[in-house]
Amino acid sequence: MDMEKIPLIQVDRMKKYYPVKGGIVTHTLGYVKAVDGVSFSIMQGEIMGLVGESGSGKSTIGRQLVGLEKPTEGTIYYKGKNLADMGKDEMRNVRTRLQMIFQDSYSSLNPRKHIYEILAQPMLYHKISTKETLEKDILRLLDMVGLQRNVLGRYPHEFSGGQRQRIGIAKALSLKPEFIVCDEPVSALDVSIQAQILNLLKSLRKELNLTLLFVGHGLGAVNYVSDRIAVMYLGQIVEIGDAKEIFNHPVHPYTKALIDAVPVPDPEENGKVRGLLQGDIGSSMDIPSGCRFHTRCAYAGDKCCVEEPKMQEVLVNMGNGHYAACPNIMDK
Amino acid sequence: MGFIMKSQIIDIDKISTESYLQTVYRRFKRHHLAAFSLIILAVLCGAAVCAPIIAPYDPDAIVGAFSGAPCRQFVLGTDQIGRDVLSRLLYAMRISLLVGVMATLISTVIGVVLGLLAGYFGGVADMIIMRFTDMVMSFPYILLVLVAAAIFKPGLWNIILILGFVDWPGIARLVRGNVLSLRETNFIKGNIVAGMPLRHILFSEILPNTVAPILVYATSVLAISMLDEAALSFLGMGVQPPTASLGNMLNGAQSLTVLTSQPWLWIPPGLMIVILVVAINFVGDALRDALDPNSEKR
Repeated sequence: MDMEKIPLIQVDRMKKYYPVKGGIVTHTLGYVKAVDGVSFSIMQGEIMGLVGESGSGKSTIGRQLVGLEKPTEGTIYYKGKNLADMGKDEMRNVRTRLQMIFQDSYSSLNPRKHIYEILAQPMLYHKISTKETLEKDILRLLDMVGLQRNVLGRYPHEFSGGQRQRIGIAKALSLKPEFIVCDEPVSALDVSIQAQILNLLKSLRKELNLTLLFVGHGLGAVNYVSDRIAVMYLGQIVEIGDAKEIFNHPVHPYTKALIDAVPVPDPEENGKVRGLLQGDIGSSMDIPSGCRFHTRCAYAGDKCCVEEPKMQEVLVNMGNGHYAACPNIMDK
Repeated sequence: MGFIMKSQIIDIDKISTESYLQTVYRRFKRHHLAAFSLIILAVLCGAAVCAPIIAPYDPDAIVGAFSGAPCRQFVLGTDQIGRDVLSRLLYAMRISLLVGVMATLISTVIGVVLGLLAGYFGGVADMIIMRFTDMVMSFPYILLVLVAAAIFKPGLWNIILILGFVDWPGIARLVRGNVLSLRETNFIKGNIVAGMPLRHILFSEILPNTVAPILVYATSVLAISMLDEAALSFLGMGVQPPTASLGNMLNGAQSLTVLTSQPWLWIPPGLMIVILVVAINFVGDALRDALDPNSEKR
């Protein structure tokens, strides 16, 4: 039961700033604040959804969790241990535990290698399989992700997008990870294939007791797989909580707008007024003062332009861990 | 789609590598000129390798009259001091091909290693390597080669080393550019996430994806170094007599009398240079097309 208490992944005030260089004599003009003080934790066996528009910093968080980039500030804890404090050997071990599934399945597989090589090399390097067990292990992986065994001798370009994404999932699973970042894994796929891949991820989670961070920009898909959802806007989390709770009782105006943007396949609903957002997400180089969302928010008051709202527990349904950052929560 | 997998995975390896090479072969065949060039090259290389067997005379031995015209006994005549031109031509091809191939190998290895390092690590390493590359590139290289040849005694291996060390910048730039774009792809990131070691990422993931352009570029380096060897030897700074090379055979044809009245002294080596260089370039062009993964997906 103790495992339930310590979060598998905990992120504490993570920031990621990218310097913008330019000028005749190259110097730093400013920073793109891709992630600007984000804290959350993911429990063992949970699927955490992370939604937001393009440019909200959600993929940046994913990349940092698997160690592709280092946070500018803040810490990432894996089972209570700071990733930045780990030695080389420990890190090599942890690396295999944190895997990633990419959005563009075509570019995530080496075009010059066939599937067998792509899957076998990391497994042999990390001694997850030996030469004797390799064949069996690979065939089991293929079974798990629903691929036929005759795919092994083929090259990535010989597959459809959905099949390639299954291979991407197999590649991530091959290292026996505990935690997988799924960086918009279905955004590039047909709708029918999307559902298959989402269901596959859900069943794999159960089967292998995986913990997932599911990054996506549509609340529809994210809500379908996630236990909890965090909504991001311009580098910050604006609302976080139980998936059903967020979807059914959103409090932040941005979350509401995202939910309204999910297409409803019902002609009867056509007349319903939807609070769709106007304009673009602001530049993460020049962040609005006060509440970051006030430039596009329908409910924004004078206070919103000045005061940066803090995360506070939503009292609608106490004890659910539902938090949002909007000064108007109390008024509604 | 059609094939049924046998129980051994090894079988599949074989099937798919073959099919890739088959694709390349099929696309290469479409270029008739290149296919013809390849046959000519193969024949000439064969003749060069087998020179000791097929040459009618010892290339350095005086066996006939001075500057004898072609006849039954000496098919391509004899040179100024009575050596058989055909035998010398066969041995000269050996030397020229050896210089070309070795110089290309050296410059390819240097270029690939420097290009990989510069492209993958970026930053300061990239700056230093690329400025050094620019420096070597911007130097009038024939002058460099002449100076180097004057400092180190001109000779076969020195020529190979000198040419090898001036021809690499193009390859280094090519490799660096490719690495820069590959480094950002997801499969390289995926390998980093999978914790694969640097040597695997550089040599097993990145390098195979740049082999095609390197190979194409190397063919032109091969042609250029053979030309350079001929030029240097013609100037007397290259392969030293009595060893025959295509360039120093031409060296004998510097006077007007030889040019006008003894064409058998200069036409064979001159023609051989032209044939080799043109054939190599045709093959390179066809390879570019055949290896390009974008020219045909399947």
